[in-house]
Amino acid sequence: MAQTVPATTKWWNGGKSPFNVEYGKLMMWYFLMSDAFTFGAFLISYGSIRFSSNSWPDPNHVFNAVPFFEGSHLPLVFVSFMTFVLIVSSVTMVLAVHEGHKGNKKGVIKYLFWTIVFGLIFLGSQAWEWTHLHHEGAWWGSNPFPNADGTVASTNFTNYFFTITGFHGFHVLSGVVINLIALLMTSNGVFERRGHYLMIEKVGLYWHFVDLVWVFVFLFFYLV
Amino acid sequence: MEHQTFGGEVTVPHEHNPGAVSKIIRTTVILSVITIVELILGYYIYTLHKNPDFSHNFVLFLKGIIIILSLAKAFYIVSIFMHLGDEIRNLIMTIVVPLLLFIWFIAAFLWDASSWKNLRNEYAPKDPVKHEQHAEPAHEGGLK
Repeated sequence: MAQTVPATTKWWNGGKSPFNVEYGKLMMWYFLMSDAFTFGAFLISYGSIRFSSNSWPDPNHVFNAVPFFEGSHLPLVFVSFMTFVLIVSSVTMVLAVHEGHKGNKKGVIKYLFWTIVFGLIFLGSQAWEWTHLHHEGAWWGSNPFPNADGTVASTNFTNYFFTITGFHGFHVLSGVVINLIALLMTSNGVFERRGHYLMIEKVGLYWHFVDLVWVFVFLFFYLV
Repeated sequence: MEHQTFGGEVTVPHEHNPGAVSKIIRTTVILSVITIVELILGYYIYTLHKNPDFSHNFVLFLKGIIIILSLAKAFYIVSIFMHLGDEIRNLIMTIVVPLLLFIWFIAAFLWDASSWKNLRNEYAPKDPVKHEQHAEPAHEGGLK
């Protein structure tokens, strides 16, 4: 076992965590792995149904609306905006973690604040998109969009879309709430007294995971 | 102790190196560029679809490229933003090895899905009794 870790440190001699991570961070990793299987199961189920269908609605004709440009046909525009918002929020999160490493309370507060703002912008965008689709008659069990080949589509498309983006959106919402709690704890000096900002790292892991899932939701619902 | 420990973690020297921010910025640029390339390919597929006799294989090829680009994005997020690349190898393996199940998971389900589609397309339009009657030798080659 010892040959896989640096020779200078005897990780398995006791007194140290062999993985050199705090218990909570390790468990966050395993939780995220299980969550990856949950999302993976959703997306593979969606992929299987789509693969077994002769035709499927064209995302470019379904997701073509942009706020303030109602009635215009602009595929991919709004979802690109949402994707970049989430990427930027991931960057501010990793900067918050970085400030935590330096023990800079003000920096952590600043970047956590911006992460929460971008998270809320994402949630607002998703709420707008859901509302827009709902007005067009799309919901669980109701699909107004025809297949790409012109035939009438089943409700599989909307069922999967609302279930998976809803599940992801709920993760974003919980991420925002968790970030908010971490922000309040930081500004109250909890981590300063504790001497480390490991909690920000764990919160950050969860937030990056939400961005990671969006990469695949964006890919399989909007792009391909 | 020679190490500074936080909550059981021995702090890793790279965390304090001043290159951390430039690494974050570089990763941000990579993620943005990949996303822009994906969007360009997405628009290209969209314009291809306007032509009624577009090449399905070429569109599949482009979609394959987009999927590979997304996997690259996932790698950068996990490895740099989530710092998994900086962890001890054994920890990385306990996360990554179970995820290899996805290879089977995806292959098996998509294979089954396309088989289901083919079987349905093959048999659904045909009345089972009529199908028996029309099983002429000339058709057997077409069934594979």
